Amino acid sequence: MSIRNLFTLIVAGAGLTLAGCSGGVLDPKGQVGMDEKNLIILCTILMLIVVVPVIFLTLYFAWKYRASRDFEIYTPKWAHSTKIEAVVWSIPILIVVSLSVITWRSTHALDPYAPLEGQGEHLTVEVVSLNWKWLFIYPEQGIATVNELVFPANKPVAFKITSESTMNSFFIPQLGSQIYSMAGMETKLHLIADEPGTYKGISSNYSGAGFTGMKFNAIATPTEDDFEAWVASVKQSQTSLTSGAYEQLAEPSENNPVTYLSKVDDGLFHNIVMKYMKDHGSMDFYNKPENAAMGEHHAMPEMQHSHHQEDAQ
Amino acid sequence: MSLLGKLSIEAVPYHEPIIMVTLAVVAVVGVVIAMLITKYKQWGTLWFDWITSVDHKRLGIMYIVLAMIMLLRGFADAIMMRTQLAMATNGAPGYLPPEHYDQIFTAHGVIMIIFMAMPFMIGLMNIILPLQIGARDVAFPFLNNLSFWLTAGGAILVNVSLGLGEFAKTGWVAYPPLAGLEFSPGVGVDYYIWALQISGLGTLLTAVNFLVTVFKMRAPGMKLMQMPIFTWTCTWANILIAASFPILTAVLAMLTLDRYMDFHFFTNEAGGNSMMYINLFWAWGHPEVYILVLPAFGIFSEVISTFTAKRLFGYKSMVYASGAIAILGFIVWLHHFFTMGSSANVNAFFGIMTMVIAVPTGVKLFNWLFTMYRGRLILSVPVLWTLGFMVTFTIGGMTGVLLAIPGADYVLHNSLFLIAHFHNTIIGGAVFGYLAGFAFWFPKAMGFKLDEKTGKAAFWCWQIGFLLAFMPLYVLGFLGMTRRLNHTDNPDWNIWLYIAAFGAFVIAIGIFFQLLQLFVSFKNKEKLNDTTGDPWNGHTLEWSTASPPQFYNFAKIPHIKDIDAWTDMKERGDSYQRPEKYTPIHMPKNTSAGVFMSMSFTLMGFALIWHIWWLAVVGLVAGIGVFIKRCYTSDVDYYVQVDEVERVEATHLSANTVGGRS
Repeated sequence: MSIRNLFTLIVAGAGLTLAGCSGGVLDPKGQVGMDEKNLIILCTILMLIVVVPVIFLTLYFAWKYRASRDFEIYTPKWAHSTKIEAVVWSIPILIVVSLSVITWRSTHALDPYAPLEGQGEHLTVEVVSLNWKWLFIYPEQGIATVNELVFPANKPVAFKITSESTMNSFFIPQLGSQIYSMAGMETKLHLIADEPGTYKGISSNYSGAGFTGMKFNAIATPTEDDFEAWVASVKQSQTSLTSGAYEQLAEPSENNPVTYLSKVDDGLFHNIVMKYMKDHGSMDFYNKPENAAMGEHHAMPEMQHSHHQEDAQ
Repeated sequence: MSLLGKLSIEAVPYHEPIIMVTLAVVAVVGVVIAMLITKYKQWGTLWFDWITSVDHKRLGIMYIVLAMIMLLRGFADAIMMRTQLAMATNGAPGYLPPEHYDQIFTAHGVIMIIFMAMPFMIGLMNIILPLQIGARDVAFPFLNNLSFWLTAGGAILVNVSLGLGEFAKTGWVAYPPLAGLEFSPGVGVDYYIWALQISGLGTLLTAVNFLVTVFKMRAPGMKLMQMPIFTWTCTWANILIAASFPILTAVLAMLTLDRYMDFHFFTNEAGGNSMMYINLFWAWGHPEVYILVLPAFGIFSEVISTFTAKRLFGYKSMVYASGAIAILGFIVWLHHFFTMGSSANVNAFFGIMTMVIAVPTGVKLFNWLFTMYRGRLILSVPVLWTLGFMVTFTIGGMTGVLLAIPGADYVLHNSLFLIAHFHNTIIGGAVFGYLAGFAFWFPKAMGFKLDEKTGKAAFWCWQIGFLLAFMPLYVLGFLGMTRRLNHTDNPDWNIWLYIAAFGAFVIAIGIFFQLLQLFVSFKNKEKLNDTTGDPWNGHTLEWSTASPPQFYNFAKIPHIKDIDAWTDMKERGDSYQRPEKYTPIHMPKNTSAGVFMSMSFTLMGFALIWHIWWLAVVGLVAGIGVFIKRCYTSDVDYYVQVDEVERVEATHLSANTVGGRS
């Protein structure tokens, strides 16, 4: 009964998700997501090699050696067999060794910090999670948006991610990996869309009352020209993102509408990452505004994840 | 400043009908119970035989009662979440606004892990472990009583938060900066902190107590590699507790300093770093799941070998596998945050370490299989839970290994796939284990067996309900649904959310059957009576005692020659033998110091939550005062005289000779 239930569900679930009508992580639209889907399927199959026999043997042994079948051989004192022990240790070891090799390779291949190889130049987007909305800054284009992310399909995007306040996770399920956004720190993520389309983006780390509404559309335009046209349309916007306007935007709000911001102060993203360090020296309980010891801390946020840049070079 | 700190009448959520009705029901039930106790003149029994008891068996029963009460509370939270998510589809808001909903999922996690699973596990360990190693009590009986009341004190604080103030709205992990003062200025996180601190201290003391018990108080002849497997898995769990709970204590203390004294360990400002909290939290949090599941593995081993009437296959493998799990469990914590931006080398290392745990776990599954092989398996209720576990947990293990692969975790992290995975291991692993142990050892603790029919009905409802409630969550995870959403707006998800909610109600029926089982069994107590003390033809020493065991456990401590000590004694004809002479038995006296100390500290915690500083000082001073007084009390023990031992033993022995047993 239970097992039949289970399989119905698994089959139904796999059927529905693999059919591709889902828009989830098993329906990827970019190289990173595609690789991750294949990784999930490969490893699942590898594990099923042990899992299916174990489930089957459990039920089979429970049936075969039930007490009412007293004609079966009964060996109450039999409790050790070096042969069996060797086999039961080696089967999981073999599976785990092969999974480990896959893990080592795939973790390096899918390192979110590494630019996507052979895909050409990346478009840079700076991502800031605010309570409770997403701010996307396009430093090369000098524009910004709230809760809408647009980029050309087939062009890799380099995301630099930080948070104004609480921790969130920047995630577009159909494109692949997610990475946390954390205040005072910059994290990185590289994604690509292989097909034009509109993909759902979310925060995948609970951050308070308005968390559920932290949604955005990630729109991959068919061509670079379409993207440029969109940039031009954003530049038509009457609102711009000065430091003052940013302070206002950072105030907590829920279910924000999409907003286009035509101009962005230079270095705004850098200032957001550094803001807690800047305030650091001037906090009330440090009487001296210039605290000598603070100098060391200034370097911290950039040091935090700098090893990746070395890796990449 | 007010004499009551932040506390005022406004702290009562009288505008929240759901909470007020709950409180009213709790109040009515409380009054009814109090009236019944008064009517049957049981206040004295309650105080002298239970609350102040230092008997490990009674403390174990109290732990399990606490666990069951908290199971009902935590499950009520679960049902509310599932109905909210089933109602709040297609953009509908549902009936629980984030203000309330966010407290519910936090409380659900905290309660189920800290105040349901932990007390259940510790309760079973309390009742059985000293009996299995042939000890008369634990090493420090008073400490054992104190530990229980500290756990209960934490549970009281969590429940008080329902009617006074609020609980944390941070998720059960309480990550800063969200859990810091800036983003959680209310009392919710403070309730969380003090509930966990006070109960955590109790848990730590329990571990120390049982480690000393196991290392110093085993019956003569019992080598470490002859300890019953449940004792072994509990011991590994206790080692994990002793090593990991201090980390929780420290990290919560730092969060406390952040919130109370403007420290900046984890704040955004002034050089704080929340990543430190996240690392430390999981350095405790990951071992914690093995603390929960290892004793359950021990229970399954005992159940399978008892009900197949066979020795456990691969005892040594089992002990080493448990040890490997315990040690590896300490070096995998980073897999809870692969998405925090560590380098590929770091992520790959922790991923692979996590997978390695699948090896000893897999070995255990095979060993249970080969224990059944050529045995005579009786499909009793404990066996059903075990088989259900073996099937369910295998799936949970597989999804766990999948999540351990960083490349897969990058898309599955924090999704409902993760929720499905850990419920799959904690329900399908730990809880099924505790329920197996509950049915298995119930006659030992209470003196009568549990009704089989209702027990089987409960199992099937749990098993089917579990699959219905959690398999859809795997699918939802693949569909891109993240955890802790208050409402959804994706038509593809709806059907799975409905099935999950339905599954939760099937589990509710399972819980109902368990309550019914207790009621039916109590009613048919005479028929289900266990006169022999050994209803399942058990292997280990707990079955040599009466049911319930003599308060001193063993009149004469047996000499151990085999892993299955009791089977060995039965086969050699050494069972139920009257020794040539009895000697007086040294026993600890009951004490009220534990309950007074812990309630003082709980009061202190409450006062600190509300910033009632004078009351906090009163609580602290009172608690320390009681402790000092206890330290200077010399009247803590007594001897059970030979005539009383003879009388008690005669009943047990006659039951087993007249009853036709040899």
